[in-house]
Amino acid sequence: MRYEAPNSVEAAVKLLASEAGMARVLAGGTDLLVQLRSGRAEPDLVVDVKRIAAMKAISAEAGGFRIGAAVSGAEMGEHAALGKLWPGVVEAARLIGSTQVQGRATMVGNLCNASPAADSVPALVAASATARIVGPKGRRDIPVEDVAVSPGKTSLAKGELIESVFLPARPAHSGDAYLRFIPRSEMDIAVVGAGVNLTLDAGGVCRAARVSLGAVAAKVLLVEEAAQALIGTKIDEAALAKLAAAASAACRPIDDKRGTKEFRIQVAGVLARRAAEIALQRARGK
Amino acid sequence: MDQIHVSTKVNGDAVEYVCEAEETLLDVLRDRLGLTGSKEGCGSGDCGACSVMLDGRLVCSCLVLGAEAQGVDIQTIEGMAKGDQLHPLQRQFIEHAALQCGICTPGVLVAAKALLEKNKKPTEHEVRFWLAGNLCRCTGYDKIVRAVMAAAAEMRGS
Repeated sequence: MRYEAPNSVEAAVKLLASEAGMARVLAGGTDLLVQLRSGRAEPDLVVDVKRIAAMKAISAEAGGFRIGAAVSGAEMGEHAALGKLWPGVVEAARLIGSTQVQGRATMVGNLCNASPAADSVPALVAASATARIVGPKGRRDIPVEDVAVSPGKTSLAKGELIESVFLPARPAHSGDAYLRFIPRSEMDIAVVGAGVNLTLDAGGVCRAARVSLGAVAAKVLLVEEAAQALIGTKIDEAALAKLAAAASAACRPIDDKRGTKEFRIQVAGVLARRAAEIALQRARGK
Repeated sequence: MDQIHVSTKVNGDAVEYVCEAEETLLDVLRDRLGLTGSKEGCGSGDCGACSVMLDGRLVCSCLVLGAEAQGVDIQTIEGMAKGDQLHPLQRQFIEHAALQCGICTPGVLVAAKALLEKNKKPTEHEVRFWLAGNLCRCTGYDKIVRAVMAAAAEMRGS
């Protein structure tokens, strides 16, 4: 295995594109190092992106924030303005692992690890975040929900890497939230995760919503029907019940040691509803 | 296999070493630099026994490559006591019998020190959450938490 730590994104692309064998990107390393040590990944080249200044930065852009691929969860948590604009996304990223893991783990790593149970991904999907991909052919932006294609696999081509994630500006009266179910209070993998992002008009009617579920299918789901249950309503009891039913109906989970299919389907509805209630409180400025 | 030459700083001292690309910082600390205070418990970032500070950030050294340490500032358990003068956390751990087998202790101490540098007056809840990434199979955590609270109080001078 070769280790490289380039100073520019262009140099990183060049290294990744010209490697004949298997190449992996190293940001926080909290997934990659575990895979290296267990022998699940045996790359010929590891490209450490932490020396690329743009990938270590959180920068204000067009009323939103661009978060570099090597920014850790701890750094996100310390950025007050980011947490104010997108509290649900920051909370989701902060749920990943222990204090030690938070010091290293990145949201883009979470995205590229392509686990259906990744905590930050439903929050990012609900937020309409985009991923900026850099490769031999230049840069392109794609919705974050198009990054993972199946467990452990991404849509990125050879030589490509994600440079940053962009969280857009948001209208007044907007709120987002992410909740997950785990069997303990800290440090576990989501059995179900739910992200909700919504915007109200001045009269308190929901004008836009996005609902995303994790760990209930081969990849994180964007549940259009669940969002439709909220849009046009004041998010009353009937709308929340409809949202929960739509979220449960969208699940295509597996049985595993963390939970049965039936349990996941049930919990997805409950969590989507609770996340919507928190997002609603935030949208109302409470 | 190419050896990688790394210049770094450990507990304030300039240090140079060569390592393999696959080698973790934990292995470098223990096997190349002789700093065996940091322990390997799980090797997968779950137990925190290998906790060190990397540029002021608490991390598991088993999840860091030795090569990544180029130009950074590393603080390990070996830098905690000043000569014979134990850190208040170390004294309170002894005072409260907050260790039994001792394997987790260096990592817990490094993590607790990081907490007290950020938060001089943590609640018990905050101590427990902060230390959730440090597993101890002996003490049941109560004594650890009490020792950290006592050290925090001592360091505040109250």
